[in-house]
Amino acid sequence: MGEFVIKLPDVGEGVAEAELVEWFVDEGANVREDEVLAAVMTDKATVEIPSPVEGKVIWRGAKIGEVVAVGSPIIRLEVEGAGNVKPGEASTKAKEAPKKESKPAAKAKPNGAVVETKASQPVTPAKAGAQIGVSAGSPPARGRTGGEALGAPRKEGEKPLASPAVRKRALDAGVDLRRVAGSGPAGRITHEDLDAFMQGGGGAPGGARARTADTSVKEIPVIGMRRKIAEKMETANAHIPHITYVDEVDVTALEDLRAKLNKERRDDQPKLTILPFLMRAMARAIAEQPQLNSLYDDEEGVVRQYGGMHMGVAAQTGAGLVVPVVRHVEARGLWDCAAEIARLAEGARAGTLTREELTGSTITITSLGALGGIVTTPVINYPEVAIVGVNKIQIQPRWDGAAFVPRKVMNLSSSFDHRIIDGWNAAVFVQKIKGLLENPAAIFIED
Amino acid sequence: MTKEHHCKLLVIGAGPAGYVAAIRAGQLGLDTIIIESNALGGTCLNVGCIPSKAIIHAADEFAKAQHFAGKSPLGIAVKTPAIDLKKTVAWKDAIVKRLTTGVGGLLKKSKVRVLAGWATFKDGKTVEVKTKDGAEIVRAENVIIATGSVPVELPFLPFGGNVISSTEALSLDAPPKNLVVVGAGYIGLELGIAYAKLGSKVTVVEALQRILPLYDNELTRPVAKRMKALGMHVHLGAKAKGLGKGGKELVIEVDGKEETLPADKILVTVGRKPLTEGWGREELVLDMDGRFIKIDDQCRTSMRGIYAIGDVTGEPMLAHRGMAQGEMVAEIIAGENRRWNKAAIPAVCFTDPEIVSVGLSPDEAKAAGHEIKTALFPFTANGRAMTMEAEDGFVRVVARADNHLILGVQAVGGGVAELSAAFGLSIEMGARLEDIAGVIHAHPTQSEAFHEASLRTLGHALHI
Repeated sequence: MGEFVIKLPDVGEGVAEAELVEWFVDEGANVREDEVLAAVMTDKATVEIPSPVEGKVIWRGAKIGEVVAVGSPIIRLEVEGAGNVKPGEASTKAKEAPKKESKPAAKAKPNGAVVETKASQPVTPAKAGAQIGVSAGSPPARGRTGGEALGAPRKEGEKPLASPAVRKRALDAGVDLRRVAGSGPAGRITHEDLDAFMQGGGGAPGGARARTADTSVKEIPVIGMRRKIAEKMETANAHIPHITYVDEVDVTALEDLRAKLNKERRDDQPKLTILPFLMRAMARAIAEQPQLNSLYDDEEGVVRQYGGMHMGVAAQTGAGLVVPVVRHVEARGLWDCAAEIARLAEGARAGTLTREELTGSTITITSLGALGGIVTTPVINYPEVAIVGVNKIQIQPRWDGAAFVPRKVMNLSSSFDHRIIDGWNAAVFVQKIKGLLENPAAIFIED
Repeated sequence: MTKEHHCKLLVIGAGPAGYVAAIRAGQLGLDTIIIESNALGGTCLNVGCIPSKAIIHAADEFAKAQHFAGKSPLGIAVKTPAIDLKKTVAWKDAIVKRLTTGVGGLLKKSKVRVLAGWATFKDGKTVEVKTKDGAEIVRAENVIIATGSVPVELPFLPFGGNVISSTEALSLDAPPKNLVVVGAGYIGLELGIAYAKLGSKVTVVEALQRILPLYDNELTRPVAKRMKALGMHVHLGAKAKGLGKGGKELVIEVDGKEETLPADKILVTVGRKPLTEGWGREELVLDMDGRFIKIDDQCRTSMRGIYAIGDVTGEPMLAHRGMAQGEMVAEIIAGENRRWNKAAIPAVCFTDPEIVSVGLSPDEAKAAGHEIKTALFPFTANGRAMTMEAEDGFVRVVARADNHLILGVQAVGGGVAELSAAFGLSIEMGARLEDIAGVIHAHPTQSEAFHEASLRTLGHALHI
């Protein structure tokens, strides 16, 4: 039995290293000749590494995501016969081989043992579909010297190294050479480095400029809550054909009432925002249009219409958007709604809400308060049926039939699942809410 | 009514710093006036660099002839050579005349107006010039102070009579029989060695314990050796006390004991000082940096519109530094964005043998916090040096240990001053040892020693 080492082959012109993106075999697995062992990705393509021999995998040299230098060992096989490792050459020695060592595979050839994958089995660029992982995002064209210097980097405070001609050009262009990376020997700044810097917006003909183009790309993994939000929004947008309907609501009377109630409220009562009023108005509107309190199960082809009104209230937290649910709005009064909204908002910020408190709604209210803008196109909180967006309240002149009078007006921007809510239904729903909010007494009249 | 001139730029002093500033300003279309009380060209052309090199050359030629009069291994024989120093000085003066006339021509070509006279500031924008025709006023938007420097006088050895400065030493009628040089800096040694070759018995008195204190021992050793061979006496750690009897001897103090040195001439070369008095500095509010006018990296003084360049702004007091400053300031005044960003100012010492230093010496590099590699290549291993009977000396390279960037190059040897261009170029271009090692240096030349010194620093010199 011998040991056979497979090194990362030269995967392409000028490529010194590649990222290992997939292992197709586990340690201990038996592999046949030509079986694909691993895939590596360069900035150009994903390349599969086939096994030139039959054997058993005894060592894998890199983890997924690790960058491996061309020529460094990536896998060891136990094979029949002699293998390609001399007995004295302990495998542990090679294990310690620096990962970044960029010795070309061919250079090690005199040993007569290095696998030249090219020779035995052409390195085949994998099909586009086989590409795995996210590319390291090659930055936008910024010349070969954009960020990292190819020469020795300059230490902090060290004088930039450049020929007199480069220095003069830099002065003429108003470029501070201390900000230019040098690609030359010992970090020398070449004319090309200066060109690249100025093309990147670093220079400013005719005068010194302090601004530079920032060509950095920061990768932020989409994980946790952000990932959930992303998925949910994607689903909502992919599944639900939205219809958005906007109308203006005159909230002058409502605001008067709200101010009066807030002024006279008891200490144990929460401060009223516009949301509990809206919530109560929606409850009344939904009572007349029960299809607005339903969920469309598009897989089953069923619309489930609910008796209880559970309304989501979108809340912005440090971690992102959450939608806690006020349950059974039909059974709550104004103050009760307000207290529940306040409690849930606090819980959302603290991150203490239970699953129960975050699910089950059929419709959501979203409000950005003072940031509410004039119009929004809210995305439905999948799988709900609608979302009601509250825009900001403004004092606007409105014609009362005889004169312009200042009125407090606000838009409602609402989106509906057009699959089960027609435009006409949507309009009726919003007009009902508008009517109730403009004549707030009507919200509370028991019929 | 006083004659009044107006201009964009006024340059005070037509030495190498001032006249270069004026020429460049003229080229750039600035309306420029330059004021000079003496001949154009300043110390450098008239009583410094140029005439001293002429005398040194004459001395070298004479020494060669004398060398032939003895037993020359070259097989050349001459009868006893003689020198007529008056003729030498006349030849020297002719060169000076050609050059100063040349400067005048260049200024004219650049449409620079020259005022001959002594300038005195009235305020930051106004200067009065005492010309032979009376006082004139110059009002300028910008002023460059380029007043230069003058030899330092010792209070107990005032210039006059047999006590001379470098200026007089360049115009003697005959070599003094006994010449005492006070001060073993480069000016004293250049002239002292020249007069030793011209037949004077030269004694050097130096207060410090070494000659040429600007250079390290390794570089000065071949000079000391040559001085000894020329029969020069050097008193180190010796203080000049004053003239002795009849003004024909100098009293010195060595180790607490007084000694008397016979002296037909006493050349005092104890340094130069910036000329900061006598031109109305008191009318201005200029910040000073010790004895010098304080400037920033654009040669701006503490007053807006007033610049200073050349020796008056500090060490090293070298013509080529002033020229570079002058060129830069003219361009700044013309609206270009310039800043002093030179990597090195070469220093050359025309002793025998010559010394060149560009950039950092090994000690300076270490003091600056660099980890260095350094090696020298001796001219004893250089074929061309052998053929010129100039085997003393070496080229030494100092480079950073980490990336082999060349920090300094020094050399001592016959004619090595001309190598300063290669040394300076390598440093300004940011060359590494490998760059010099990779350049084909013509054979047989002394410049090969630069190549070999670089190779040797890298650990693989070929010819040693």
